[in-house]
Amino acid sequence: MISLRNVTTAFAARGKDPVIAVEDVSLEIPQGSIQGIIGFSGAGKSTLLRNINLLERPTVGEVEVAGIELTSLDDEELRQARHQIGMIFQGFNLVNNLTVLQNVELSLKFAGERNRSVRQVRAAEALEIVDITEKATSYPAQLSGGQKQRVAIARALATRPEVLLCDEPTSALDPFTTATVLQYLADVNRDLGITVVIVTHEMEVIKALADDVAVMEGGRLVEKFPSADLHREDFTPETSIGRYLMSEGISVDRGLSAAGGAR
Amino acid sequence: MERVVELLPELTEAMLQTFAMIGVAIPLAVLLGTPVGIWLFIHAPGGIAPLPKTHAVVSGIVNTIRSFPFLILLIAIIPFTRLLVGTTVGTAAAIVPLTINAIPYFARLVEQNITQLGTGAVEASRAMGATRGQIIRNVLLVDAKPAIIGSITITTVSFISYSAMVGLVGGGGIGDFAIRYGYYRYETDVMLVAIVLMVLLVTLVQWSGTRVARLTDKRV
Repeated sequence: MISLRNVTTAFAARGKDPVIAVEDVSLEIPQGSIQGIIGFSGAGKSTLLRNINLLERPTVGEVEVAGIELTSLDDEELRQARHQIGMIFQGFNLVNNLTVLQNVELSLKFAGERNRSVRQVRAAEALEIVDITEKATSYPAQLSGGQKQRVAIARALATRPEVLLCDEPTSALDPFTTATVLQYLADVNRDLGITVVIVTHEMEVIKALADDVAVMEGGRLVEKFPSADLHREDFTPETSIGRYLMSEGISVDRGLSAAGGAR
Repeated sequence: MERVVELLPELTEAMLQTFAMIGVAIPLAVLLGTPVGIWLFIHAPGGIAPLPKTHAVVSGIVNTIRSFPFLILLIAIIPFTRLLVGTTVGTAAAIVPLTINAIPYFARLVEQNITQLGTGAVEASRAMGATRGQIIRNVLLVDAKPAIIGSITITTVSFISYSAMVGLVGGGGIGDFAIRYGYYRYETDVMLVAIVLMVLLVTLVQWSGTRVARLTDKRV
């Protein structure tokens, strides 16, 4: 369970008024569900996602993940809590001079696992989840984008987190690779019971993966509905942005059938 | 050529003096300049842990030392050199200003090397709950390693050249040898031999530095 209560995040701007990236957002994400967050660039969706693990500390409001109120923790406690919250990114963010296995080992190292052979075994297990064991000794530069994202997923999963945050995880990938990555995210959610929060501007991703959708605009959460509604022919979102994004999702049909098979 | 053979012992000594100066100054600069470079990166405004005021002071000190022409620095810090090594002449005395100059020089290069990495892997590490020390050791230094090796190469080559000026304090070295025989005594052939040796030395340093950097770089 993830609970955001009246979260506002403002960024100080030199000599100007602070920029409010997220404004008074409250959102409950049930344990084991997949929550999509959609909106245009600058809508505040990435900041909201980064609020969940406090990569951006909210200016106001509370964030609770798996029963722990993160906003009340000090830096050291927060560091410990983050081992329960995996995260993947649009740019994969792997360490280029480490092998795939060493990259996955990193999250275990950071979580305090000192025994190298234990780390290697657990990292290898994580690589198995995303079927990329054969690349264990390769370096990131030798992988395709989809493979890199799978390694990033393995790295995020190695510490067996309760939550996986995904910041535009497929935006740098082609439609076919997108479908593959979404399939793994769906499997991870189903098989491991991990709560997944996915930020995207692609409606197809939401349709393929999410249980619920939150629509953001201008820092506010303007609408929230079950993504099953997207498949109803008579469904029309209440907000113009929701309608627009939905029409994009339908008309821009790239990879939809492949992605649609993910769930 | 006979003259060169005659001067061979002196030439060898000069070469050894150069090795001694570079062999002490560069490792010290790497050892002390790397933490300074990392510090400058971490605590920069907008960095991982911004300390704008202290950063401005440290950065200012680095700039001040860097802006001294080497010859002036060599003379300016003579009292400090005496304090540290007990003498102001000779190879040991020359190592002090060389090192003092090389530390901020190398620190700036390391800062640059790390800045160019991009913030992605650091952000991922923060999300994984890494400590600042873990980020430095496991991410920044790992990814910056090839670039830092390149910086060691650049610094070594630059300071082989700077070391030619330490003749002023009797520091010796191959550069000083070239100046003394070539410039003061018009023994052009002796100077040429010394210059060829310097070119070979620099070429060797550059070649091996590039090679090691390439071997450690996995970005292909």
